[in-house]
Amino acid sequence: MHTPTEPLGKITNGNYHPTVTDLLDVRSLTVELPTPQGWVRPVNDVFLRIAKGESLGLVGESGSGKTMLSLALMGLLPTGARVTGEALLGTANGATKNLAQLSDSEWRSVRGREIAMIFQEPMTSLNPVMRIGPQIAEAIGAHEPGISTAATHQRTLEALQHAAVPEPQARARQYPHQLSGGLRQRAMIAMALAGKPNLLVADEPTTALDVTVQLQILQLLDRLRREMHLGLLFITHDLGVVAKVAERIAVIYAGRIVEEGDTHDVLTSPKHPYTQGLLAASPTLLRGKLSPIPGTVPQLSALPPGCSFAPRCSFHRAECDAVMPDLRPVKTSHTARCILV
Amino acid sequence: MSSTTTPILDVRNLRKTFSRQSSIFASLPGNSVTTTENCFTAVDNINFTVARGETFAIVGESGCGKTTLARMLLRLIEPDSGQILFKGRDLLALSPKAMRAERRQMQMIFQDPYASLNPRMRIGEIVAEPVSIHEPTLTRSQRTAKAAEILKRVGLSEDALNKYPHEFSGGQRQRVGIARALILRPKLVVADEPVSALDVSVGAQVLLLLQELQQEFGLTYVFISHSLPVVAQIATHIAVMRAGNFVESGPAEQILGQPTAPYTCELLAAVPTVPSARIL
Repeated sequence: MHTPTEPLGKITNGNYHPTVTDLLDVRSLTVELPTPQGWVRPVNDVFLRIAKGESLGLVGESGSGKTMLSLALMGLLPTGARVTGEALLGTANGATKNLAQLSDSEWRSVRGREIAMIFQEPMTSLNPVMRIGPQIAEAIGAHEPGISTAATHQRTLEALQHAAVPEPQARARQYPHQLSGGLRQRAMIAMALAGKPNLLVADEPTTALDVTVQLQILQLLDRLRREMHLGLLFITHDLGVVAKVAERIAVIYAGRIVEEGDTHDVLTSPKHPYTQGLLAASPTLLRGKLSPIPGTVPQLSALPPGCSFAPRCSFHRAECDAVMPDLRPVKTSHTARCILV
Repeated sequence: MSSTTTPILDVRNLRKTFSRQSSIFASLPGNSVTTTENCFTAVDNINFTVARGETFAIVGESGCGKTTLARMLLRLIEPDSGQILFKGRDLLALSPKAMRAERRQMQMIFQDPYASLNPRMRIGEIVAEPVSIHEPTLTRSQRTAKAAEILKRVGLSEDALNKYPHEFSGGQRQRVGIARALILRPKLVVADEPVSALDVSVGAQVLLLLQELQQEFGLTYVFISHSLPVVAQIATHIAVMRAGNFVESGPAEQILGQPTAPYTCELLAAVPTVPSARIL
């Protein structure tokens, strides 16, 4: 299954995190969905790698395909979706599983145990009529059938403690609506990590939270990543958040990765016009002339020929409309999908 | 704070308390919420003035009372006590009829462009509705002409008139909301989180549009937001709100540059920032 060939347009000089083995290796992953306008590709030929203990920030706006990508990695795509390509996950026992081709029964041993996910609004993911403790216990029991009640209880409290939930005994007896947004997200994190996964997919986990609470959750995720040697795929639209939490960034636009590299490189010397545009459009505490990106994200059913960003790009040239450019190397572990690179 | 002319908005000792009704769930076991008092003060004795042409931003975290305050300014929520002087007249002393007439000069832009537009009405009807209320003598074609004109000004084409809200993106819907607010040429616009539901690149477009329209129509904004970076782009004055009170207020540069309240500092420090990148 593991082919030694490097994906097209990737850096091949071996400097790509040579000391760590990949936990997740996504190769040419494509998700297609049926629509009245025909098949569309919300995820299109995506390559991503996450090493153990590494955090990758996936940055995109609504409709960019970032959520579809995360759902594909969790096997939670809507029915009717077609998946091609590979998403290779190194499991705890040393085997490699292709997440793009797992059966329902195989997913049961992977989801929650190898790879877990937290969502934007914990209130919609938690069961509102079940106390917090039993919900976490349920997750533990699902992965370890036959575990004793006492041990489950102990593990539940540990999970809550781990996620820095104060007074875990009392919180375990409460219902989701009795918890603040920040505490609910901590409870979700406790639940997601109860099965001791190696990879955590976090889809906009702090977007619904106040800034001061957001900071606490980001710090918690960062600490857990280090302590548990957890791979983290952090999905967000907020470049400030991604700068805090991710070591590497992949920017996604209309289903394709348009720029990828070390967080500092991408944010301080962005090479793709879309990344540059996002940075210029992000408000900062310094008052300056905001420069919005003109136009809107294209409909997936009516993508322009060539580069998807071309119609909104201020560096647009005739060649841009000919073919979609490959990801081109800017420097070691920094690539951008633009003919100007 | 003081200006040479009458401020367009002068809010004095504004206060709103909500009663905590005992719910049928309150007595269930496991519910640890025990309230000795059954009142909740959402807005507690707020005072501020806004001069013509200013953008007065109210910043705070969820639950601080900023939306209650914003809605009280237009009497969408009835205050318990206090005064709201709009161009020197106390709105709270006005009869319902007089208040309705006054509302034409004060409009609101809402946060959620999906929830604030009636999905069964065409854009033309949504935008022209304030005209049909406040200028009932106009003919249908005159109303439509007005709607087309303001839609064009906010960056939407004339064929938007006959479309429905679901045919538009979030950013376009927010433009419709702005058009509806501005069609009567109000003096004061209260904008409650107008860009927080929008994508970064689209939010920037809407912020710039609001700035342009402010110049063009001589608008005064009360701008409610949870985001200091957003407020930093548009505000001339900032009030930082917490638990129903202003902890600090003043000119934007002062609040952002030399904050004195510890809570303001805490909020500023929690803002996730991009490493100092200047592009191109």
